Amino acid sequence: MHTKSVAQLVKGLRKRQFSSVEVTRTYLDRIAALDSQYNSFITVDEAAALAAAATADKRLAAGDGAALTGIPIAHKDIFCTDGMRTSCGSRMLDNFVPPYDATVIQRFRTAGAVLLGKTNMDEFAMGSSTESSFYGPARNPWNTELVPGGSSGGSAAAVAGLLAPAATGTDTGGSIRQPAAFCGITGLKPTYGRVSRLGMVAFASSLDQAGPMAHSAEDCALLLNIMAGHDPLDSTSSTAATTDYCATLGDSLAGLRIGLPAEYFGEGLDAATGECISFALKELEALGATLVEVTLPHSALTIPTYYIIAPAEASTNLSRFDGVRYGYRCEHPVDLHDLYTRTRQEGFGDEVKRRILVGTYALSAGYYDAYYKKAQQVRRLIKQDFMDCFEQVDIIAGPTTPGPAFALGAKSNDPIAMYLEDVYTLAVNLAGLPGMSVPAGFVDNKPVGLQLIGRHFDEARLLNVAHRFQQGTQWHLRTPDSVQGGPK
Amino acid sequence: MQWESVIGLEVHLQLATKSKIFSGSPTTFGAEPNTQASAVDLAMPGMLPVLNEQAVCFAVKFGLGIGARIGKRSVFDRKNYFYPDLPKGYQISQFEAPIVGQGSFEILMADGNTRSIGITRAHLEEDAGKSLHEDFHGQTGIDLNRAGTPLLEIVSEPELRNAAEAVAYLKALHSLVRYLGISDGNMAEGSMRCDVNISLRPAGSETLGTRAEIKNVNSFRFVEKAIRHEIERQSAILEDGGKVVQETRLYDAERDETRAMRSKEVANDYRYFPEPDLLPVVIDDDYIEAIRSTLPELPTDKRRRFTAQFGLSKYDADVLSDNRPLADYFEAVAAACGDAKIAANWVQVELLGQLNRDARSFDNCPVSAADLGSLIRRILDHSISGKIAKQVFEAMWQGAGSADAIIEARGLQQVSDSGALETIVDQVISANAAQVQQYLDADEAKRKKLTGFFVGQVMQLSKGQANPQVVNDLLAKKLV
Repeated sequence: MHTKSVAQLVKGLRKRQFSSVEVTRTYLDRIAALDSQYNSFITVDEAAALAAAATADKRLAAGDGAALTGIPIAHKDIFCTDGMRTSCGSRMLDNFVPPYDATVIQRFRTAGAVLLGKTNMDEFAMGSSTESSFYGPARNPWNTELVPGGSSGGSAAAVAGLLAPAATGTDTGGSIRQPAAFCGITGLKPTYGRVSRLGMVAFASSLDQAGPMAHSAEDCALLLNIMAGHDPLDSTSSTAATTDYCATLGDSLAGLRIGLPAEYFGEGLDAATGECISFALKELEALGATLVEVTLPHSALTIPTYYIIAPAEASTNLSRFDGVRYGYRCEHPVDLHDLYTRTRQEGFGDEVKRRILVGTYALSAGYYDAYYKKAQQVRRLIKQDFMDCFEQVDIIAGPTTPGPAFALGAKSNDPIAMYLEDVYTLAVNLAGLPGMSVPAGFVDNKPVGLQLIGRHFDEARLLNVAHRFQQGTQWHLRTPDSVQGGPK
Repeated sequence: MQWESVIGLEVHLQLATKSKIFSGSPTTFGAEPNTQASAVDLAMPGMLPVLNEQAVCFAVKFGLGIGARIGKRSVFDRKNYFYPDLPKGYQISQFEAPIVGQGSFEILMADGNTRSIGITRAHLEEDAGKSLHEDFHGQTGIDLNRAGTPLLEIVSEPELRNAAEAVAYLKALHSLVRYLGISDGNMAEGSMRCDVNISLRPAGSETLGTRAEIKNVNSFRFVEKAIRHEIERQSAILEDGGKVVQETRLYDAERDETRAMRSKEVANDYRYFPEPDLLPVVIDDDYIEAIRSTLPELPTDKRRRFTAQFGLSKYDADVLSDNRPLADYFEAVAAACGDAKIAANWVQVELLGQLNRDARSFDNCPVSAADLGSLIRRILDHSISGKIAKQVFEAMWQGAGSADAIIEARGLQQVSDSGALETIVDQVISANAAQVQQYLDADEAKRKKLTGFFVGQVMQLSKGQANPQVVNDLLAKKLV
């Protein structure tokens, strides 16, 4: 049961080969049995999940199923869930139970999905290893001494560990793609504005985007069909038409032009990882694609630009956590200043504080022009680089990360080394483009991810390329040894 | 030394939208605390602002009303500071690209002259909530009903020179926004709040002195008093050779003084930056023209027309154009009776007097403009005298019916029939033989006075209904 894809589960449920309660029970039991080694979930409400599954079974029996009726889905604990704690991986929201659903959650409910649980994440999605979580680090199912990546590391570990058939994540600088790469699964960050941000705890508003994480491109397409679309309550959500992302999965790749940015294959890329990517690109060539060398001249400015804009936005987005209305409040504040400072001192972890400080500094009088404004100008140049490339090619490909998953603790005391993890993913967010990570081999039994970057709103093309690639390869079907044992 | 004061006003105008500027919560005044605060207003995690189009429309109306350039692409910014009644830790406002650019409008001075006052800019922003310090012992309550209420911050050029001009500016602004229908302008409920920037400089100097900002002065009278007081305070400092400190001061109405709130040296760095949760507001010419076509005649134009078209005095024109219901009522009365000057007089004296006495507004005025018009027509055609007309009006106010019905029912028709009056005149002459003799002996000047006596007697006997002109003619004929 637990090795079935979302697509297979949908078919099986429709044919009444098994029930949603059976499927959900299987995953809940696996979580209970195995998650102590991954720490991929923060909150699981078995009773609520089983009740939702039972309701789904009734709908299915009545022939009244929607697209995902009865499918258990795990959600990153950044999406507000009505009546269920939404912590965002922080002590600040450890006691926070929203009275509303995020639009993404609402859409999954409408589609009949069962909310399996809330997954672990870096605190407020700030991190690349899920080590900054208030609930302790999540671990990589391929080797529990390794990080699963982050910030959506809990979702990636849950899917890789076969504790959920699929999950949602969010990606501000690589937080879906990098953990997907580290955990050997498929993850898609849609175009900025494709999926509603309403009810998603904000990190950096102009960069945040939610997307699916699953074993295959086909499963990601099934989830994106539910998630994508305009939301009148999110002013930045796009009114561009959506499409059935499953419909074009099998299209031929003949004539597809794939751009390979020189900057993504140079210094800093682990050699063995680079080899995996080269093999993957050959596979795509064999499927009819043409490889074209391109350049993204402003790539070197990506990290500094990102680490001005994201912390600047974060510093004000996180101002609302002040201990006044909800969330953590320090004990016995003597006055207002004490309430603010101790609440935030005790409620936030180090990485969050670091970014609030950097962001506050970047926006300060006298520094704004030199930092924030300049960063926005550079951001336009970075975006223009991509636009220029897309004059010559249909998609861009390269490694998702410079190397495979690193050991727990290896970079947690070195913020710069951690930031460098996202060198290939950050620019995609700055440019607002859709990006995917697809399993593309292994280095020392550690998964490697191939990154595919598309034009704005060209998710269908990315999914099509990934799907054809996965039809010819087996990387996405491999499972780590640690998933053995546990209920099936 | 002779000091000249330089005054600029920042007015926070609450726009009369039904819902808040970035959420669907209602904006009704006076509701139970926190009953009009949604998840967006409370800044719950993941909540996002959605701009209320009505607020944009109202801002554009204001811009057109002051002949300003409308920002075709205006941008919302975050103004960051911590305060418990500011739920997000930032206020969404407009900083570099406001929706309304430079404009101006006319104010009327006490001497009847007008002045044009420049408006620097006007921008949209959200209001904060309220801190309730009194109701909770040792603690502060927070009411977020007001959080997110749309405000238009209107910044004047520093072109006002004294308290009277500042008040005239506010009154003209109050009148303008009510004409435009974009705000109720109710100062008592905080719909119009005023910050005063004021500095002094030697008369004739071109350089500006150091200014103080007086926060939240919330009635016309307090603005006047606060400015007077602040001018005195600053000139005393300057006369002593001291320096005015740039600071924010608070006007205390009870003690009639201003006192320092916080000095600018420790002021917040608001870290303005473009609000990433909202797109820039892009407005095209069609949108602007569609709004322009809905603009009513504005108070300045109306005042000018009232003097030109009806020959009213500047004062009368100003009073009658103060607000639209009054101006419309006046025009309807003038049209119904055909004499604008008498209409102006009746509306200002009798009608406004009664409305004030009963604390009523035009919404529930018991006498319609058409009815008042017909009453005045009865004066003009000599059916009744002005004095009787006041009685009739009183009865109309009490709901006794139309002017004609009351005149008819109570027999108040003026008696012009010389036959009927002759009898009364004869009665008066025979009853006052002594006065008749006096009259006959008197010179021209004294005769006039005595005629008044006889007319008075006739009026008394006719219960005021005798046509004075006819009585005069009869007396002149008989007293020979």
